[in-house]
Amino acid sequence: MHAESRIREPLIIGDKSYRQITDDIIRPIEGKANKYWYMLFTVSVLTFMWGIGCLAYTIGTGIGVWGSNNGVDWAWDITNFVWWIGIGHAGTLISAVLLLFRQKWRMAINRSAEAMTIFAVMCAAIFVLLHTGRPWLDYMLFPLPNQFGSLWPNFNSPLLWDVFAVSTYFTVSIVFWYIGLIPDFGMVRDRAIKPLSKKVYALLSFGWGGGARHWSRFEEVSLVLAGLSTPLVFSVHSIVSFDFATSVVPGWHTTIFPPYFVSGAVFSGFAMVLTLMLIVRKVYGLEAYVTIKHIEYMNIVIIVTGSIVGVAYLTELFVAWYSGVEFEQYAFLNRATGPYAWAYWIMMTCNVISPQLFWFKKLRTSLVFTFILSIVVNIGMWFERFVIIVPTLCRTFVPGTWNMYHPTFVDIGIFVGTIGMFFTFFLLYARTFPVIAQAELKSILKASGEAQKKQAALHANDSHAH
Amino acid sequence: MSNLNFTIPSKAKMFTYILMAIGVISIIASFLTDTQPEDAQYHQTRTWANIFIDSFFFMAIGLAAAFFMGLQYAAEAGWATTIKRIIEAVAWYLPYGLCFMLLLFILGQLHVHHIYHWMAEGVADVGSPNYDAGVAAKIGYFGWFWWLRTILYMAGWVFFTWKLRKNSIEADNAIGTDTHHWKNVKLSAWFMVLFAVTSSTSAWDWLMSIDTHWFSTLYGWYMFSGMWVSAIITIIMLIVWLKRLGYLENVTESTVHDMGKWMFAISFLWTYLYFSQFMLIWYADIPEEVIYFQQRWENFKPLMWTVLGINFAFPMILLMSRDAKRNFWFLTIVGTVIFIGHWLDVVMMVMPGTVGHHWTGLSWMEFGIFAGFLGFFINILLRNLASRPLQVKNHPYLDEAIHHTT
Repeated sequence: MHAESRIREPLIIGDKSYRQITDDIIRPIEGKANKYWYMLFTVSVLTFMWGIGCLAYTIGTGIGVWGSNNGVDWAWDITNFVWWIGIGHAGTLISAVLLLFRQKWRMAINRSAEAMTIFAVMCAAIFVLLHTGRPWLDYMLFPLPNQFGSLWPNFNSPLLWDVFAVSTYFTVSIVFWYIGLIPDFGMVRDRAIKPLSKKVYALLSFGWGGGARHWSRFEEVSLVLAGLSTPLVFSVHSIVSFDFATSVVPGWHTTIFPPYFVSGAVFSGFAMVLTLMLIVRKVYGLEAYVTIKHIEYMNIVIIVTGSIVGVAYLTELFVAWYSGVEFEQYAFLNRATGPYAWAYWIMMTCNVISPQLFWFKKLRTSLVFTFILSIVVNIGMWFERFVIIVPTLCRTFVPGTWNMYHPTFVDIGIFVGTIGMFFTFFLLYARTFPVIAQAELKSILKASGEAQKKQAALHANDSHAH
Repeated sequence: MSNLNFTIPSKAKMFTYILMAIGVISIIASFLTDTQPEDAQYHQTRTWANIFIDSFFFMAIGLAAAFFMGLQYAAEAGWATTIKRIIEAVAWYLPYGLCFMLLLFILGQLHVHHIYHWMAEGVADVGSPNYDAGVAAKIGYFGWFWWLRTILYMAGWVFFTWKLRKNSIEADNAIGTDTHHWKNVKLSAWFMVLFAVTSSTSAWDWLMSIDTHWFSTLYGWYMFSGMWVSAIITIIMLIVWLKRLGYLENVTESTVHDMGKWMFAISFLWTYLYFSQFMLIWYADIPEEVIYFQQRWENFKPLMWTVLGINFAFPMILLMSRDAKRNFWFLTIVGTVIFIGHWLDVVMMVMPGTVGHHWTGLSWMEFGIFAGFLGFFINILLRNLASRPLQVKNHPYLDEAIHHTT
């Protein structure tokens, strides 16, 4: 028997039946999109197009059209790459780690978080493919047989490890997301009226029947994939942090990078999930499923991961002083007071101070405030990567190489273009896929539905009286 | 209703006294034999280092158990409610462990032992034979400021642990109200904040400062993961033993399974942090940092590999399957080995910076003194267990835990 404590707040508001859940979640797929959707979609596609233009210009002309220069040979490309990978992290955490911890509230957000992961990793991949300068030779990133000549990838480089880590991560995330979608595609298929959409969804649902054996297999494979994904949550961003810790400037690194990058990734990913879910919730009227409690839980994750990041920043500063090593101290002094001090203080404000505001219950349950803060957090996390790269590279060991970095319109165009691409994909997804994992959600209705919980409380009181 | 009042079996009590006797004899014998006349700086350092290692190791288990207890409240976790009293009993070793630490710190300040290089007389005075420019540059962090922090850590940790336990026992008699629970949730949130900062800073102050010149930003988290897994193992051992004696009827196999998962997961966390710290230092090859591992590589190589092997490979292979995590016999064996593995990890943190090249390999000194502290630790845990009912009453999550299945 499963028991749920009376003090736990309901996760599905109102008196919902299974049928109503189906209706609520399938509505956007079966219905027509409203004008807001078309407006958002147009803007996204246009931005995306602009990004593609800048991308084509880069490929046609060469990487010299970027702002990167002799001293700062890495800038927005790696910053954007890590930023997107970090955003993708929350999807894996929600679907894998929260599944292992049996957190029921993840069911309202896991589908969209996983979709977000996949789109974010695709955006990240663009920068990997592009930053080599000659994307048509990118297959050289993989170890190739010797017939291709004696040029081998450098196995000592974390950048190569990244190729494996990120591609594994992408593959597992897609499989995980898809497996979860199968029962929901079955549901859409069963309700589809038009023959074509029925055929398409029938194909997508892999002949899902919903029998006990199907469910048992489904549960089993979910657990196995969760077990596989959990180490990936750590490995991907640890290796990304190695890129920075081992390659930026020889002789500088800090050991806290791997865990704090993982935490920072979850931090930014949850912020992006909030940005998206708050819009989806409003536009699709899903207030009964993505409740204030869900938002509060997500905000608490933001406090925790944001505080871990904050502790790590302060640890770095302290240990730089404690070490007594001049170069170590300069690395941080330069960030906080050097030519890019403004970026450093934006980072500090957005990442360390602003999430602490969520200690106030009033603020973490306020939708408007949460929405604003979720964007602030992602601005901060973008600057975190920028601060590690650019201010460091513009002040390396030989003062003759010291120079500033100025992004060109192409840098900005590609970055904004990926944001356009991300939203284009997300909007298409929101029209064709069930945005909430309804099959899983139905499994908690009896224990965590508001009406059902009230019923159970009444029943408990009755049996006390007798 | 099963028996909730634990009485200490006399055999168990006898066992702890025997262990303590071994410890006392070992300490005395160590002081008598641990002399290195050719080195004037050597003041029975190995014996003191051993006492330090064991004082710290068991204190840290208490602290990590207190953290684990707070974590359950802060995360609204219900599954562990049936074993709450066990966690509380382990957490309440904390004040005893801290007494040992305090005593050692005072003796160090009186120059009875030389575990801390920065405590040496004249270390920051130019002209003194002990002068060390590297330490002098940061002496402001040590001295009175170090003592102030030390006192604050101790007071803060004990206060929260004591308060959480007090509310828990008071809740047993408060029928029809959840106020004690909500109080503990709030307290735990603050405790987590305090712990987030002090777990790192105390690790720097008490352990990292043994290798006074060396530094690593990850050190605090790495050390904390080790003490956390040791605490989890202690809790598992107590559950298994109490269940064998016929107590803890309500603790289901699923709860034990979940504790097994924690042991498995945190073993990985430890390995991850160990590897991250090692890999980055090895890769960068910066002399100030790499010296730490060089010392270990040169004088402690077998032990270094043993620690990694035991704490990583062992749980990974043996605890992977579901059945293993539900098998009491398996949990006991694997738990015992990893427990020793993490004790050896603390040995590896302390010995190279204190005994250094005088090290001759593990001997009866290490094991004898460890046995003594272990006896004292178990003795206190048994007393803590016997002082309260083994299961909480009126807890809002109790029903969830009793019906917990995975």
